Amino acid sequence: MSATLTASAPSRNQSVANNLSRARHRTNTIVKGLCILATVIGLMFLGTILFTLIDLGFGGLSTKVFTNITRSGPDGGLANAIVGTLIQTALGTAIGTPIGLMVGTYLSEYSAGSRLGNAVRFVSDVLLSAPSILIGLFVYQILVAGRGYTGIAGGVALAIIVIPIVVRTTEDMLRLIPTALREAAVALGAPKWKSIVQVCYPAALDGIATGVLLAIARVAGETAPLLFTSFGNSYMSTDLGSAMASLPLAIYQFAGQPDADLVQLAWVGALLITFGVLALNIVARVVLRPRS
Amino acid sequence: MSQSTAVAPRRARSSATTGDAIFAFLAKSAGVLVLVLLGAIIVSLFIGALPAFRAFGFGFLWNVDWDPNQAIFGAAVPIYGTILTSVVAIVIAVPIAFGIAFYLTELAPNWFRRPVGTAVELLAAVPSIIYGMWGLLVIAPFMATYIQPAVIDTFDGIPLLDVLFQGPARGKGVFTAALILAVMIIPFIAATMRDVFMTVPPVYKESAYGVGCTTWEVMRSIVIPYTRVSVVGGIMLALGRALGETMAVTFVIGNANRISPNLFGSGATIASLVALNFGEAQQGSLLLSSLLAIGFILFVISFIVLAISRTLLKPRAAK
Repeated sequence: MSATLTASAPSRNQSVANNLSRARHRTNTIVKGLCILATVIGLMFLGTILFTLIDLGFGGLSTKVFTNITRSGPDGGLANAIVGTLIQTALGTAIGTPIGLMVGTYLSEYSAGSRLGNAVRFVSDVLLSAPSILIGLFVYQILVAGRGYTGIAGGVALAIIVIPIVVRTTEDMLRLIPTALREAAVALGAPKWKSIVQVCYPAALDGIATGVLLAIARVAGETAPLLFTSFGNSYMSTDLGSAMASLPLAIYQFAGQPDADLVQLAWVGALLITFGVLALNIVARVVLRPRS
Repeated sequence: MSQSTAVAPRRARSSATTGDAIFAFLAKSAGVLVLVLLGAIIVSLFIGALPAFRAFGFGFLWNVDWDPNQAIFGAAVPIYGTILTSVVAIVIAVPIAFGIAFYLTELAPNWFRRPVGTAVELLAAVPSIIYGMWGLLVIAPFMATYIQPAVIDTFDGIPLLDVLFQGPARGKGVFTAALILAVMIIPFIAATMRDVFMTVPPVYKESAYGVGCTTWEVMRSIVIPYTRVSVVGGIMLALGRALGETMAVTFVIGNANRISPNLFGSGATIASLVALNFGEAQQGSLLLSSLLAIGFILFVISFIVLAISRTLLKPRAAK
């Protein structure tokens, strides 16, 4: 196209060439403008969500949110939901992290091109994006059906979501460690497992911690898997063997209510969970990963 | 003396190999556990779904009834709703996500890329329940008051469009659900596109700029062809997410068991139907089994979409 232009067009018809050039640059400007517009739209969504949360949730923040349990009327708080979310998130992280860490270690250090390794990596990646409501149904089938809703079931459901996130970051981070470091450990006579635990893990600690933090942030806001596992509880309960409240479930139950006090509580819960999750994300990205 | 030096290394070596064996076994077991987990999810959903599959046979897939009173269940409506909302969401999200990725890789000044990129990633971190609540209490009323009446009036009488966008303007509905889904998946698509756009060797782009291409021409003729497969993979990944999204959709889709081309009308998706009906399902009832059956169908659809996506994105193959 440009070959014909330079060979003949300018000498024959300068204005055609000019028009073409102008049209190309006009298209370019329009597309650039649309891209900036798209970015503004994307940022606007984040802005409006955060603004709405602060606008509608901040007014309801008070000490009784943290001291009282969920109930209708002006005295309602979220204490049971906050405690339940903390317990189940901690339980899910405590179960999921070691398993995810070992799977990531296996993929990076042991699987080396084996068929099993590729299958595990593939399945872990699928689980990473699998619908979380199905994980809730699965845990319902194996732990809840016939036994009743429990906080443990909620924690297990969250653990299944934690595992693939930790696997992904652990494998990626271990792969970044230079071979020379491992060779140095081996040269000192360290067995392989010692070189992994005492050399590779500390070297990859930043990245692994980032993965765990992101996993915590992800499961703290999960609702669908808890719907059929820990179910929710309008009273304070720290008993892992019975139904347990959580912030996302409280928001789910209250957001559509006609009672203005409950909707207000839902907004406060939404504010708490969103800013908690975003703070974890920012810590994970900014503080723990200065290298990238 | 000579004996003890001969023994000590051997003992050390044997304890090292035992440690190695244990650690390798633990790592491998954890890997196998992930496979078992996926298998267990499929099997447990399928076992739970068996009574429904036995009762309704293959007709379950295209039966449009969902009637708990008469215990007649079919998956056609939620499957239709799931695919429709996800596809509309992709149609809305892809152009915006492309614009963001293009801006972040080619247009934005360097110091500005990090904050904008982080902001877009934070959009992905917002829990889906928040999107649902925001959609129900902010977006749905906004749609009902401003957007939908205008759109319905504008498209009235235009063939096809007047079928897709009909009144009444309720706010809730398939389109609003798809819009919320789109906002949720924009960051996923934008992040994947940005990452794959970065993989284009600079020398290709420089050559194109060298012969006088504009930024857009470089994007269209060099970057997009080079990354096409991965871009499609990223879109499939987002589609996989959209298919199974529960909370954001449940709040705003309106929950009506019908198949209608009207995007402003109510509908249902598999995830929303499961979330809403589960509370009423008795242990061992056909309703519970049917919910597990549509869950199983959702798993199969998502698995296929995610598997295609992973294949296209070419995961870091083990060397």
